[in-house]
Amino acid sequence: MKPRHQKLLAIALSLAGLGVAVALVLNAFQNNLVFFFSPSQVMRGEAPVDRTFRIGGMVEEGSVKREADGLTVRFVVTDTAHTVPVVYKGVLPDLFKEGKGVVAEGRLGPDGLFTATQVLAKHDENYMPPEAAHAIEQAQKAQQTLVKP
Amino acid sequence: MKRFIPLLVFIVLAVFLYLGLYLNPREVPSPFIGRPAPDFTLPVLGQPGQTFSPADAKGRVWLLNVWAPWCVSCRQEHPVLMQLAASGVAIYGLNWKDKDGEAQALLARQGSPYVLTVDDRDGRVGIDYGVTGTPETFIIDKAGIIRMKHVGPITPEIWQKKFVPLLKELET
Amino acid sequence: MIPELGHFALILALLLALVQGVLPIVGAQRGNATLMAVARPAAHGQFVFVLLAFAALAYAFLTNDFSVENVARNSYSKLPEVYRFTATWGSHEGSLLLWTLILGVWTVAVTVYSRHLPEDMAARVIGVMGLVSVGFLAFMLFTSNPFLRLTPAVPEGNDMNPLLQDPGMVIHPPMLYMGYVGFSVAFAFAVAALLSGKLDAAWARWSRPWTTVAWMFLTLGIALGSWWAYYELGWGGWWFWDPTENASFMPWLAGTALIHSLAVTEKRGVFKTWTVLLAITAFSLSLLGTFLVRSGVLSSVHAFATDPGRGVFILAFLGVVIGGSLLLYAWRAPRLVSGGGFTWFSREALLLGNNVFLMAAMGTVLLGTLYPLFMDAMGLGKISVGPPYFNAVFIPLMTPVLFLVAIGPLVRWRGDDLPALAMRMRWAFAVALVTAALLPLTLDGMNLWASLGLFLALWILFGVLTGFLERLKNAPGGLLGKLATLPRSFWGMQIAHAGLAVVVIGATVVSNYEEHRDVRMNVGDYVDLAGYRFLFMGTHPVEGPNYSAMRGTVEVFRNARKVATVHPEKRRYHASGMVMTEAGIDYGVFRDVYVSLGEPLSDSEWVVQVYYKPFVGWLWGGAFLLALGGGLAASDRRYRIALRRNTEAMATAAQGTRA
Repeated sequence: MKPRHQKLLAIALSLAGLGVAVALVLNAFQNNLVFFFSPSQVMRGEAPVDRTFRIGGMVEEGSVKREADGLTVRFVVTDTAHTVPVVYKGVLPDLFKEGKGVVAEGRLGPDGLFTATQVLAKHDENYMPPEAAHAIEQAQKAQQTLVKP
Repeated sequence: MKRFIPLLVFIVLAVFLYLGLYLNPREVPSPFIGRPAPDFTLPVLGQPGQTFSPADAKGRVWLLNVWAPWCVSCRQEHPVLMQLAASGVAIYGLNWKDKDGEAQALLARQGSPYVLTVDDRDGRVGIDYGVTGTPETFIIDKAGIIRMKHVGPITPEIWQKKFVPLLKELET
Repeated sequence: MIPELGHFALILALLLALVQGVLPIVGAQRGNATLMAVARPAAHGQFVFVLLAFAALAYAFLTNDFSVENVARNSYSKLPEVYRFTATWGSHEGSLLLWTLILGVWTVAVTVYSRHLPEDMAARVIGVMGLVSVGFLAFMLFTSNPFLRLTPAVPEGNDMNPLLQDPGMVIHPPMLYMGYVGFSVAFAFAVAALLSGKLDAAWARWSRPWTTVAWMFLTLGIALGSWWAYYELGWGGWWFWDPTENASFMPWLAGTALIHSLAVTEKRGVFKTWTVLLAITAFSLSLLGTFLVRSGVLSSVHAFATDPGRGVFILAFLGVVIGGSLLLYAWRAPRLVSGGGFTWFSREALLLGNNVFLMAAMGTVLLGTLYPLFMDAMGLGKISVGPPYFNAVFIPLMTPVLFLVAIGPLVRWRGDDLPALAMRMRWAFAVALVTAALLPLTLDGMNLWASLGLFLALWILFGVLTGFLERLKNAPGGLLGKLATLPRSFWGMQIAHAGLAVVVIGATVVSNYEEHRDVRMNVGDYVDLAGYRFLFMGTHPVEGPNYSAMRGTVEVFRNARKVATVHPEKRRYHASGMVMTEAGIDYGVFRDVYVSLGEPLSDSEWVVQVYYKPFVGWLWGGAFLLALGGGLAASDRRYRIALRRNTEAMATAAQGTRA
């Protein structure tokens, strides 16, 4: 094979590899990106009903209730302005606590109940997940603008 | 031209990484800055029957330091606060969501940098101040307006860079 | 006093690194032998001072010197001694010091094993490594001094992050850094070649063993990290695609491409510019990985939340090192001429295909890791890119790579005959395909993913077997004698490829056939899972050195016979108040059973998680084989002979001058 053909082969192979990669990425982005919404955004109906997303905020004090099976947990996520009820079946992470930040991944039912498939609290003891902190800040900003005279 | 492609890719990447450094979700400007400090009346820790309101501190520049006994980063900033208190900075503590009531014992053991500490057991006042975690520190001026909010532990560098210039300005 | 000495040693190390980075390179450009001769002593001196600094910091940790801020933040008087030592590199500052120390180790190794290199080449290589060292030392001294004092001293430290108090975490960072930093040698060789304009087969032969050794360490480091996550995080996951893991995986992918491309450049003198670019890329990704983990741009760990200054410093450093070397590449690469021809069906072409797909896979991991940052930077909302994305993209891109692994070594250089190869491999192909299709049917019905993974793994194993058979057919002597004559590089390659097949089997089986249940259990309750019965015997409190725990006892039965007793724990660390789950695991060759405690529901009742993990150990066994293969290949005879010949030549030359 002459150098010119080698070059052509290299270019063709690279293009093929790149093309496959781009196609896969686009396809995966279409289906697998998980967007993040705050409870306020959920209340305003901005969150999708038919696909997985994440919500974040604080676990409302006194809202954690365990059902009789010992595994199903209900709690309320708040950004201090609005709240979303969440149901989760499974073991909660070590750092899950009332009054602490939380991020849950799952789907929103038509009844407004968020069914979580995963509850994340991978941060350390006294900090919130940034998404949760962001949600709370946003909600408070919104409240401030509402009460502005 | 094509030999410059790797360099260009890297430059684009570097620009985004640079922007990313300043994207701190916890540093979104607090909506409370420039507004009067939300009012509250809370019991003073260790002095039964006594209460404190922000109005009581009017006329001086003071810091409101939100902390909790269970908070690790607060312990990191504790020695810094002790030094500041020794040099005459007025620090008021807000003991946030301390359900077990461990704060008083802890302060007795490690020393208290606070003029006084109020007990926000259910975290309501913390929510009014938009507290998302501990420690957080607010600078409140003579007129009772919040002038700055710092999230995270105070280190000597942060104190020099973020607090000192503003405090100087407010004191004059 | 000791910490001040450590600080002073760091300053001296920085000065020596500057000398090491500037003078030899200037000397090499000007042909000045005196300046070039500075390289080795400067490198040795720099290493000694970094080692002193490291020893000083380790001493502060071991003696609980809480007047040092770093110690106060990351250690605790009741921490067991071994963790007090490893806490030395548990912090941001300490891990940078470890990075620099390991760079020193590699540099010293280069000074020792580079006697056979032309003097100007060795001077440039050592000089470039000195410049990298300057960056890290300056970063430490200006933004992250590990020896800062805390006045007044605190009586007690904050404790090491409980997650890191673990034997796996003790050796994971040094292994990972050995890999990251090891790529700096290949990088330095590439930059030296670009500077001198000399890039030939000898260049590739020098770079190869270094790169392979670095790759071996990186493989071990990643495997240890994955194993640690498996038993420490409490739910038996072994790969999360989280940014810290991706940060180490991207250099691994680039490094894998590099060791293959170096082979082509050495044997055939082609792909030269591509190999140089890969060498730069692999090290750049190592630096990027350090940046991503250390700057906190991706994670919510608040290391830099209050101080983007450090991030800016590393980014500027990245800009100088990566940007500079890529600029040099753009300027000098056209001078490199590739020789040698090959056809579209040759080992060169297949290795090119392997490279293209490996780099495409690396690119998609990079994109997935940084995409949330891009979206956020442009104000398009907050998103997260999780395992579904990576699985959907990574698996299809790796499939052709794995397929080619089996046949690449069987195809001749320059060109081979595709129909002939098809004939050689037809039985292997048929057996792999039929086995992979039928095996899942005997388990629980059709499973295309399981079949795909098993097919690829068997296909690779048959490829390895064919490779051995064909090499042995023509050799004289008995079987053992024949095996002994095979060169280590051949053994290394085949063992590594077999290791890859083992990893694929582990990943495929555990992903498709693991079982898991969360149950509420009281003393005497049992749960059945995958043919095992888990009997909960209750919990009792135990006291660790720096934590209190509830320790559970779970007996595991199979066919009414007790096979194991495991003790999962729920720990609460005193100093930080953090709660940690320690899993109870019974390891086996073909399966692990894994039990962890959830929350207590009452005094005697707990939520318990039980897992059945078939073949999970194969993941790490396979990774070990990969690393072993790398080690064997790097110790091949021809590198050792080249070395010995040169030492002898030098000895003769020395005698000659003396005479």
